[in-house]
Amino acid sequence: MEKTELGKAPKLRKNKRRSNESLAGWLFALPWLIGLAVFFIYPLLSSIYYSFTDYSILQSGDFIGLANYRELFQDELFWISIYNTVYFAVLFVPLSIIFGVALAMVLNMRVRGMAVYRTIFFLPTLVPHVALAILWIWLLNPQFGLVNAMLDFFGIQGPPWLGSTFWSKPALVLMSLWGIGQAVIIYLAGLGDISQEYYEAAEVDGASFLQKTFRITLPLLTPVIFFNLVMGFIGAFQQFTLPYAMTNGTGSPADSLTFYVMYLYDNAFSYFRMGYASAMAWILFVIIMLLTAIVFWSSKRWVHYQGD
Amino acid sequence: MEATTKKRVKRIYAHIVLILASIVFLVPFIWMVSTSFKPITQVFTFPPEFIPRPFQWENYIEATKYIPFWTYTYNTAVITGLSTLGVIISCPLVAYSFAKLRWRGRDALFAVTIGVMMIPAQVTMIPLFLLFNQFGWVGTNLPLIVPAFFGVPFSIFLLRQFFKGLPNTLREAAKIDGASEWRIYWQIMFPLAKPAVLAIALFQFMASWTDFLGPLIYLTEEASYTLSLGLQQFQNQQGSQWHLMMAVSTLMTLPIIILFFFMQKTFIKGITFTGIKG
Repeated sequence: MEKTELGKAPKLRKNKRRSNESLAGWLFALPWLIGLAVFFIYPLLSSIYYSFTDYSILQSGDFIGLANYRELFQDELFWISIYNTVYFAVLFVPLSIIFGVALAMVLNMRVRGMAVYRTIFFLPTLVPHVALAILWIWLLNPQFGLVNAMLDFFGIQGPPWLGSTFWSKPALVLMSLWGIGQAVIIYLAGLGDISQEYYEAAEVDGASFLQKTFRITLPLLTPVIFFNLVMGFIGAFQQFTLPYAMTNGTGSPADSLTFYVMYLYDNAFSYFRMGYASAMAWILFVIIMLLTAIVFWSSKRWVHYQGD
Repeated sequence: MEATTKKRVKRIYAHIVLILASIVFLVPFIWMVSTSFKPITQVFTFPPEFIPRPFQWENYIEATKYIPFWTYTYNTAVITGLSTLGVIISCPLVAYSFAKLRWRGRDALFAVTIGVMMIPAQVTMIPLFLLFNQFGWVGTNLPLIVPAFFGVPFSIFLLRQFFKGLPNTLREAAKIDGASEWRIYWQIMFPLAKPAVLAIALFQFMASWTDFLGPLIYLTEEASYTLSLGLQQFQNQQGSQWHLMMAVSTLMTLPIIILFFFMQKTFIKGITFTGIKG
């Protein structure tokens, strides 16, 4: 008898403790449970529904099936915005990786004053995007801008940048590259994680700088490159503030800076075609998912983890 | 002897590369500040000059009068301050629950949390606008503040990682002493999480301070505009007043630079932490 009582008591207490913990867990998570439902799940589901309606602020929103999607595929500006966005992503993402890795390797050297150098490279990322856009319109001014003045100094006739449909996207790439500091810091962390033993062993074998770079540093940095590649593509596809602020929302010259999310924004908040814009949002979602999946799938071939 | 000379030469090369690259990164920035002090006539000189002649401090005063600068600063500060407070209150609490407390459905909900992180903001943007419109919140700053009090998935994820790293023995010891769950959280765990909380607070501050799309969608009255919108408005009205625009750009960047200066370590840690360790 005594035995069972003794055995019972702690179990009861434990159960009570468990339920206390369970209650506390729910209560602590409650703000997020509400937030998740109201700000994520509900809008997510209604966005799918809206994409099949002609919803606008003025119209009630009749169910129109796939009509929005069908119309989009015949919408010339939709394809232009996709072309611009892909063009930007394909040019910017690889360049940002090449320059980012190179910069990180330079900033990883052991020389005096490195903290100052690192701060300088990070500084541009602190400039708010709207301010950055305005600064660069001025820097890229074909007549009075600093960029063309510098090119002029080297005897190069600078292009008209934001004045031409050919140069407007490269201009955006240029100014975006100025802000790669954030990616560089992530690369730096990756470089710091590479075990020094690899280099010591390579030095004993008499490896050159290039051999060390291509045989040790780059392969071991691939997980970080992979991360920045995924983030880079996702960011490029969501490009909005820079081109919008630079062109006052017009995407000029001749829609060469009309990016996907800009056109989506216009449909939703300038023309109030909420259903149409919702369809665009879902296409964007699918594109981003597909891209991420492709990068993940390809990663098996080129991403190496330390100790593999 | 020869080896040390070689090393020294290498170091000099390194500095040359670093200094040249630094110039490339620094010049646009210096250009912004220098233009902000120039008289308008000097803005249009070719070749461009770096030193303002004369040095026009008045540009800053003039710029703050061209647009209702102080109103916009106040609006930006309110939105930034309150939404940062929001994530400080909500995110650690939720993250702690996900990391340390055992309750049914916890892991499933965390999986959903990770899932919604992958959704591009544009997908939820339109229904949220319509929802806030029904609440009568469009035109006020509530849509830019309130959601922060209900948690940001990315910050929850980061803080959960942090709490996971704290030893369970802390919790157990406090429990034996009879502390309630709330006391354990508030008096032991939250103080320990300060560096991580500071990092997510910085992210929220930066995001709110520089946000453009949010205010563009929700703020309809000029009196409620933020600095991002004010800067844009500047460009509309006074497209040629470059020196004043640069002054406002500099003023808008300043708080972030100051913050970065004092919290460099937290900043960098936060960014690398979000980068790969997360």
